[in-house]
Amino acid sequence: MKKVKVAVIGPGNIGSDLMYKILRSQHLEMALMAGIVESEGIKRARNMGIKTSIEGINAVLAEEDIKIVFDATGAKPHLQHAPLLKEAGKIAIDLTPAAVGPYVVPCVNLDQVKAEPNLNMVTCGGQATVPIVYAINRVAGARYAEIVACISSKSAGPGTRQNIDEFTQTTARALRVVGGAQKSKAIIILNPAEPPIMMTNTIYVEVEKPDEQAIRASVEAMVKEIQSYVPGYQLRVPPLLDGNKVTAIVQVEGAGDFLPKYSGNLDIITSAAVAVAEKLAQKILAGEVAA
Amino acid sequence: MKNSKFIHLVDTTLRDGSHAVSHQFTAEQVAAIAAGLDAAGVEYIEVSHGDGLAGSSFNYGWSAVSEEELLKAASGAIKKGKLTVLLLPGIGTVEDLKMAADCGAKVVRVATHVTEADIGEQHISIAKKMGMMAVGFLMMAHMVPPEKVVEQAKLFESYGADYINIADSAGAMLPEDVKARVGAVVEAVKVPVGFHAHNNLTLATANALAAVEAGATFLDGTCRGLGAGAGNAQTEALVGVLDKAGYQTGIDFYKIMDVAEDIVEPIMHRPQVVRNAPLMLGYAGVYSSFLLHTYRAAEKFNLDPRDILVELGRRRMVGGQEDMIVDVAYQLAQKRGGA
Repeated sequence: MKKVKVAVIGPGNIGSDLMYKILRSQHLEMALMAGIVESEGIKRARNMGIKTSIEGINAVLAEEDIKIVFDATGAKPHLQHAPLLKEAGKIAIDLTPAAVGPYVVPCVNLDQVKAEPNLNMVTCGGQATVPIVYAINRVAGARYAEIVACISSKSAGPGTRQNIDEFTQTTARALRVVGGAQKSKAIIILNPAEPPIMMTNTIYVEVEKPDEQAIRASVEAMVKEIQSYVPGYQLRVPPLLDGNKVTAIVQVEGAGDFLPKYSGNLDIITSAAVAVAEKLAQKILAGEVAA
Repeated sequence: MKNSKFIHLVDTTLRDGSHAVSHQFTAEQVAAIAAGLDAAGVEYIEVSHGDGLAGSSFNYGWSAVSEEELLKAASGAIKKGKLTVLLLPGIGTVEDLKMAADCGAKVVRVATHVTEADIGEQHISIAKKMGMMAVGFLMMAHMVPPEKVVEQAKLFESYGADYINIADSAGAMLPEDVKARVGAVVEAVKVPVGFHAHNNLTLATANALAAVEAGATFLDGTCRGLGAGAGNAQTEALVGVLDKAGYQTGIDFYKIMDVAEDIVEPIMHRPQVVRNAPLMLGYAGVYSSFLLHTYRAAEKFNLDPRDILVELGRRRMVGGQEDMIVDVAYQLAQKRGGA
C-alpha cells in the first residue's frame, strides 16, 4: 500500500513514542527523525534503521517528499518551525502548547479539519476529557465543564512542570472551543505514588437537561470511539447524576510502545496525533488534499 | 535568625478555616475576623478558598462569595498585618495571583505536594517580580523521609522563596516526625522555616511546639482551630503556649482569645472536635480537606466514612484529589453490591 512520508522533530519521550506508532501505521512512512544534538532518541531511531539528522528543522525542510511533520519540541521552537513548514507546503501536527493552529481532538472535530497547514493537539488532559464533555453536551447541553486530570509524577516532564498554568488554561479553553461547554475549568494534580498510577480524569458537567439514560448512552458511544485509537481508555465511573451535575471518571492506560503503560497521558496525545496524521494521509492519497 | 525567640504567626482561619464552613464565608465575616486579627497583632492574615486561589469548583466546593470580594473586604480591614493568599499550582494560576495582588495581597504561599516543588517555580518567581513576599509550602510532608523534604525545600529556596513552610496536611505526624523534618530543613536552608499543623491526632499544638524547638520561626494557626479535618493548631492557644515557653509573638493574648470567642465561634457550623473520621484521617495519613467530601460520599453510597478514608490512604492519594473520594466510594459500593 502507498504511504505518506512523515518526519518527527524532537526525539524525546514523545517523539520516540510517536516513532513506534508511526512504524505500525498502514498509511504513514517514518521517513526522518530530526533533533538538534546527538541524543539517545536519535541513536535509538538510527539503530532501528530510520534516517536521522541533527540539523533540526532544516533537515525536514530539505526533503520535499515529507508531507506531514510531527513537532514534539516545545512551544518556542514550534513558533519558529510553523511558518517555515507552512511555506514548504508541509502539514504540521503540533504536540507543543504553542497552539498556532486550531485544536484537534480526533473523535470530535477531525472530520471538520480541512487542509489546515497547522493542527494543535491541545494537551493530554484535553485529549482525555474534551470528547466526554462533547458527548454530554450533544445530548444534554453543557453550561459548565470542569475536569481534574491526575497523572503520575514520573510522566510529567520538565516542560509541563515549568509552565503548569499553560496546561490548565489550554485545557479549559479546549473544553469550550471543542467540547462545547459555555464555561470551563481545568485542574491538574501530580501524584508520586509507586508503582506509578494510571492517568485518571474526572469530568464534571453542569447540564441543561439531566437525562441520565441519554447521557450514559452518548458517553459510552464516545468511549468506544476513543478506544479505536487508544485501546487503554476506560470508563471507571459511568456518568452519575446529582441534580444537574454529571460526574464521570475515565482512566487511560498507555499502549506501552516506548513509554511505560502508566504514561497514558502521553500515550493519548501521541495516539491522537497519529490518528490525525492517518486521516490526513488517506485524504492526501485519495487526492482530496493537495500535497 | 535561627535561634530567634520571636515566632511569626500566620493566621489561616480565613483560608484553612474555609473548609470547615464549606467555603461559605461572607464579606462581612471576613472583614470582621480580619479586623480582629489585625488589632490583636497578627502579622500574616491568610484569605483564600480552602484549596487556594480559584479553588471554588465542583471538585472542592463552591465559594458563597467571590475571592475578589473577600480579599477586598479583608484588605480594607487590615491596617498593620499583611494580607496573605495561598496558591496551589495546577488549581490557581498567575492570573489569579495578579487579581489577589490588585486586591492588596502582599504575601503568596505557593503550595505543592512535598515531592513536586518544581511546579511552583513559575509562581514564586513571578510573585517576587511583582514585589510580593513568596513562600514555598510543602504539603503532606509526612509521606516522605526528611532527606526528601530537604531536597524539595532547597528547590523552593533556589526559586527565591522567602521562607519554607512544612505542612502536616494530614495531621499524621508525631512530634518526633515534625522535629526530624523541620530540623533537617532548618539545617539545610538559609531562609526561615515554618510549620502548619493539623489536629487529627490531637497533636496540633504539641507538634507546633516541637517545630519551634527544632528551629521553626513561622507557625500557622486558626482561631478555635477552625480548619480541614479536625482543624489546625489553635491560634489563641499557640499565643498562650508560646508565651509560657518563653517565645514572643507580638500578639495580645486577650485580644486574640476575644476574636476566637466573640467573632469566630458564633459563625462555626460545628464544634471543631476530633470525631472518628478525622481521627482516621490522621491515622491513615489522608489529606484533611477530604473530610466533609467523604461524609457526603459515605451518605450517598451508604458506606462507613472510615472505610473510604482507609482506601484513600492505601492508594496514596495526595492533596487536591477530592475527585477520587467518589471513585473510591463507587468502587467500594460496587464491590459490596457484587458480594
